[in-house]
Amino acid sequence: MADTQKSLISWRNGIFRGRGRPRLASVLIWLALFIGAVIMFFPIYWMLATTVMPREEAYSRDLLLFPKTLVFDNYVNGWTQSPWLRWYGNTLLIVGVSVFGLTIFSLLAGFAFAKYTFRGRNFFFLLILSTLMIPLQVLLIPRFLLVAKFDWVNTYWSVIGPHMADSFGLFFVRQFMLDMPDELLEAARIDGAGELTIFRRIVLPLSKPAIAVLIILGVTARWNAFAWPLVALTKKDMYTVQLGINFMKGYYATDFPAIISMVALSIIPIVVVFLVFQRYFIQGITRTGIK
Amino acid sequence: MNDYRQRSPSWPASGRWQAWWSAHQKALIPYLFIAPTLAIFTLFVFAPILYASFMSLFEWNGISTPKFTGIDNYLELFNDPIFWRSLRNTLYYGAGVVPLSMALGLLAALGLNWKNLPGRAIFRTVYFLPFVISAVATGTTAGWLFGDSFGIINKLLLALGFEKVRWLSSREMALITVVITTVWIRLGFNMLIYLAGLQAVPNELLESARLDGATPRQQFWHIVLPLLKPTTFLLIILNIIYSFEAFDLVFIMTNGGPGYSTTVLTVFIYNMAFQTQRFGYASAIGLVFMAIIMLITLLQWRFSNEGGRI
Repeated sequence: MADTQKSLISWRNGIFRGRGRPRLASVLIWLALFIGAVIMFFPIYWMLATTVMPREEAYSRDLLLFPKTLVFDNYVNGWTQSPWLRWYGNTLLIVGVSVFGLTIFSLLAGFAFAKYTFRGRNFFFLLILSTLMIPLQVLLIPRFLLVAKFDWVNTYWSVIGPHMADSFGLFFVRQFMLDMPDELLEAARIDGAGELTIFRRIVLPLSKPAIAVLIILGVTARWNAFAWPLVALTKKDMYTVQLGINFMKGYYATDFPAIISMVALSIIPIVVVFLVFQRYFIQGITRTGIK
Repeated sequence: MNDYRQRSPSWPASGRWQAWWSAHQKALIPYLFIAPTLAIFTLFVFAPILYASFMSLFEWNGISTPKFTGIDNYLELFNDPIFWRSLRNTLYYGAGVVPLSMALGLLAALGLNWKNLPGRAIFRTVYFLPFVISAVATGTTAGWLFGDSFGIINKLLLALGFEKVRWLSSREMALITVVITTVWIRLGFNMLIYLAGLQAVPNELLESARLDGATPRQQFWHIVLPLLKPTTFLLIILNIIYSFEAFDLVFIMTNGGPGYSTTVLTVFIYNMAFQTQRFGYASAIGLVFMAIIMLITLLQWRFSNEGGRI
């Protein structure tokens, strides 16, 4: 309580403090932020509340802001309607392998772009960076035809492949590596270390924060990916979790509480990762401005 | 350097290879290091773009023999009312999402820009949470909230004495509803970038302005906002690209309907390719779309470099 009091006082002495009634102004700002937070959180609250409501309550015409009776039928119904175990397995495999590749390839390329001078360096870097402007929809068709040519449709590789590199990862690692002191690398070279040894023994251990950011943002983006898997994976057995939800929406549209329960399950891993590693998350996003 | 030349030919091949490697590794390593990334981009981005350009000159349904039609697809595009409708929807969507999500994000960032604000970390987490969740999840949830009869928002409106709104089932409201949902998702992202940008506003500057009698409003318009200019320009570019390329949310919430009222270009392209099976025509639309995005980004970049460097 005393702490809150103190921080409120120091807050009102802070940035936008004008003359007049500072205390009232700061309380009003806090109140506005609070109301904003309630509005922002309400949809997520309502999603969770719906999952534990009996269907009659969810589909009643009366205004109920809290479930009257708690049930778990919706989870059971949603889970047993579809092969969710398989879909979660598919997703874990695709996300795991593609993020593993993304991390290694981005570290290698980011290091090369930051610390070596070679012909075509700027050209290749800008070429990759410019792909940020290419809408995925332009790529969907030719990529699909290409993947079909390799007989990769409905295989894990069709989704893992393109997800093993992205301009965000590269850009982020390059920015990170630019700050690494050159003297460290030079000293190792003078001691006779080869370039691969330098990368393994010096660069990798120093890159742990960047690796954390890559993994966390990489996992989130790939777990949430929808458009490309939608095109590449057409067999129900091969679906990812996001495709599974989309499938349920089409087939069980009359049982929304069951669908919403599966939505709630699907966000748990990402929300946990976000809450635990929030620091890295924010760092990654503010450093590059790109998801 | 070239000491391997002095070695006798009887040296094992691996030794020779090692010597060659130690002499040339510095020149080769950068290319080896960028090779995997470059290969993936070539296979899944550059080659498809070239393929799409080629395909846009054909009429093809994916099964029959492609028929060369030259620039017919591009000509057809200009007379296709649904293309123009989609372009307009994309522009409306961006015109709603970009300023709204940025203004609200900035407001939230200004409010949170004081380290001792009670509950600051919780506020920040709550504002940012929708951005982390997949568009499939947020879109499905929003669809449930905005439902006509059983949606909680309409129930609240009725309880407060208002009329029901047909959020997603009417042509007039559907796009607005998708914009509202997108603002909910994007607000936290903009807030976060603005919070980082606000670190560049020195407290001393505001303090001295305050001592000179500047009101908070004056401080905001004359000190904070000008200093945030680079952040704002960056966010405008990122948000325009994002809102133009948005697909998942629209697909999940409305799939372009009712009618064509929420058919944005991305949804139009997807349906033209994978529902109507006109691969050539869809490619042509995609390329025109890509050109529009590049044009806007470059224009924006020029403006931003006149206003303040990023």
